[in-house]
Amino acid sequence: MYNPQLNQDGELTHLLSIEGLPQRILTQILDTAESFMEVSARDVKKVPLLRGKSVFNLFFENSTRTRTTFEIAAKRLSADVINLDINKSSASKGETLLDTIDNLVAMHANLFVVRHASSGAPYLIAEHLQRIGRNDVHVVNAGDGRHAHPTQGLLDMYTIRHYKKDFTQLRVAIVGDILHSRVARSDIHALTTLGVPEVRAIGPETLLPKHLDKLGVHVFHDMAEGLKDCDVVIMLRLQNERMNGALLPSAGEYFRHYGLTPQKLALAKPDAIVMHPGPMNRGVEIHSAVADGPQAVILPQVTFGIAVRMAVMSIVAGN
Amino acid sequence: MSPLANPLPDAEAQCRQLADLIRPYLHRNPALIGIYSGGAWIAERLKELLDLPEEIGLIDVSFYRDDFAEKGLHPQVKPTDIPFEIEGRHLILVDDVLYTGRTTRAAMNELFDYGRPASVSMAVLADRGRRELPIGATYCVWDIDLSDGQNLVLSRDDDGQLAWRLENV
Repeated sequence: MYNPQLNQDGELTHLLSIEGLPQRILTQILDTAESFMEVSARDVKKVPLLRGKSVFNLFFENSTRTRTTFEIAAKRLSADVINLDINKSSASKGETLLDTIDNLVAMHANLFVVRHASSGAPYLIAEHLQRIGRNDVHVVNAGDGRHAHPTQGLLDMYTIRHYKKDFTQLRVAIVGDILHSRVARSDIHALTTLGVPEVRAIGPETLLPKHLDKLGVHVFHDMAEGLKDCDVVIMLRLQNERMNGALLPSAGEYFRHYGLTPQKLALAKPDAIVMHPGPMNRGVEIHSAVADGPQAVILPQVTFGIAVRMAVMSIVAGN
Repeated sequence: MSPLANPLPDAEAQCRQLADLIRPYLHRNPALIGIYSGGAWIAERLKELLDLPEEIGLIDVSFYRDDFAEKGLHPQVKPTDIPFEIEGRHLILVDDVLYTGRTTRAAMNELFDYGRPASVSMAVLADRGRRELPIGATYCVWDIDLSDGQNLVLSRDDDGQLAWRLENV
């Protein structure tokens, strides 16, 4: 099957989505990230791999954490990083996405890190680059619409592997607004590909997509049932912008049912880890006592994210 | 350069010879750094043979290679692990085969990101000549001439024994 992320030799040349990537590539990224963790611990936190290359951060949608960690990752690889503030740029003057790309390619861009509100925008760019014969320019998806956020998915897998070692014995719960979450989608594909036997989705019916069972996910509407004996709990941000519709009664109501409190967490395994992609809404999806508690690995996730993004950029740029 | 011996020499015996070459210099308190993977095995062996109390360093030069643009990133990168301060130390880089010198160049660049050693020397089991950079081995037990199509590979079996293998590429 044609996969625009892979070259003729089956190597990763763009990272657009975890869906469709073989286990060996996910494992290669996680293994490589482990070596980059060591680089980040040195006095000189830099390796010369992408020296002379230009990485363009194209964020058509706001982000602080993801953009910053991509920027740090690229700089630690010795690349030159250009951050484009799209709201102030030509896009707001009416330039099309692909015209923007053509102009940046003419400035000798080597790698685009793309965040876009429209699902599929990074694919459009990757296909365009192929059409114009620029196989030497690479695309990394930093979140597209509701579709995918593959580097977040990968850093979540790195975190799980770091604390739990073996994917094939785990019960993992993803809690909250899965319907609108590109993180959840990337996590589900990554967890299944890496051989996690039981992936659970917990949330109100209005925030869970239909057909989750077709992805092999077990659906729960009750936190107490869903969290029972879990090894990993991935909390999702309740996106405030989703509250306007008829999906939820109120933030307080949501917290009562689906907010992660110490009492609810006690139902998971005693050594369960709690993850969150950030930014957190304390008191909405997670209680401060959990967010700041001993089982939370939310800040290590951020640190791992730099190493994972270094791994992804250096692998695609070399293929 | 000696012609290729058949069968290939005993790599374990060569490790003992290499240790004998280094032994007179132990008063400098050298630290060993093995280059993955063959050099790492030899450095482990040297640590035992020379009865060195300190852990050895391990280095993977994948992030410093000069052929990244042609070959991309090596699919199996191992974490570099240098468990001592290298500032002011006499370092011995250990590798199995010295050939073009490009791996050694990459390893030295990486080392200098950790600090400024007092000196860096190089210990190898085999030197197959044909250098492409001004680099030489300080300690070497076997000079061998091979054609470009041949690859000298060190392997380690399940019992930890080192042995040479010749591959045609």
